[in-house]
Amino acid sequence: MNETISLILIIIGILFDLFGCLGLLRFPDVYNRLQSATKCVTLGTWCILLGVFAKYGFSAIGIKALVSIPLLFFASTVAAHSLARGAYHYGFPMWEGSVIDDYKEPVATMKQETENTGKPSGFSK
Amino acid sequence: MNPLYNVFLYILIGMCFICLYRVIMGPTIADRMVGIDIMGILVVGITAIIALKTDRMFILDIGIAWIILSFIGTLTLAKYLGRNKLNE
Repeated sequence: MNETISLILIIIGILFDLFGCLGLLRFPDVYNRLQSATKCVTLGTWCILLGVFAKYGFSAIGIKALVSIPLLFFASTVAAHSLARGAYHYGFPMWEGSVIDDYKEPVATMKQETENTGKPSGFSK
Repeated sequence: MNPLYNVFLYILIGMCFICLYRVIMGPTIADRMVGIDIMGILVVGITAIIALKTDRMFILDIGIAWIILSFIGTLTLAKYLGRNKLNE
């Protein structure tokens, strides 16, 4: 029974991983690739680790898998966010079919503040 | 041992090759960094399935260490991309 649940969870996780990697392969733009791949692959690996926990229960392996779930969650999301921010500040262009760019205005105001006060405001650069 | 675990391993390793394709062919630096980051997350899944396959528990430790190292590496490179000084 435990084995069946663990297999089902692992198969779901591998499907999510596969879709995330397809997004990494097919999307046109670094921001699109980042959002597709990070979200799907994080959830997929989460499901695989949950499958390990479902097979072993509260033993040493299960607890280790359970501990690495929140670690992976926070680490990968924070890394992806900072990567997207860094790519935007570096000035990589968005895909020409992009509709909206909400981050342009805050960045412009932050640059204005920096020029006015002469010192870099907290989170612009 | 379930023979399905080998199939899972082959699929995950194939996905690592997709990430390697993005690392090699990526048009910008950020694409390569995304590829490395995603490959780091996939390796954690590979270690979990190897731990299932062999019943050894120390392999998950490798996964946890890999998460932290990949996190620090990606964060540092993202800081470099944002043209920050590293001590800010």
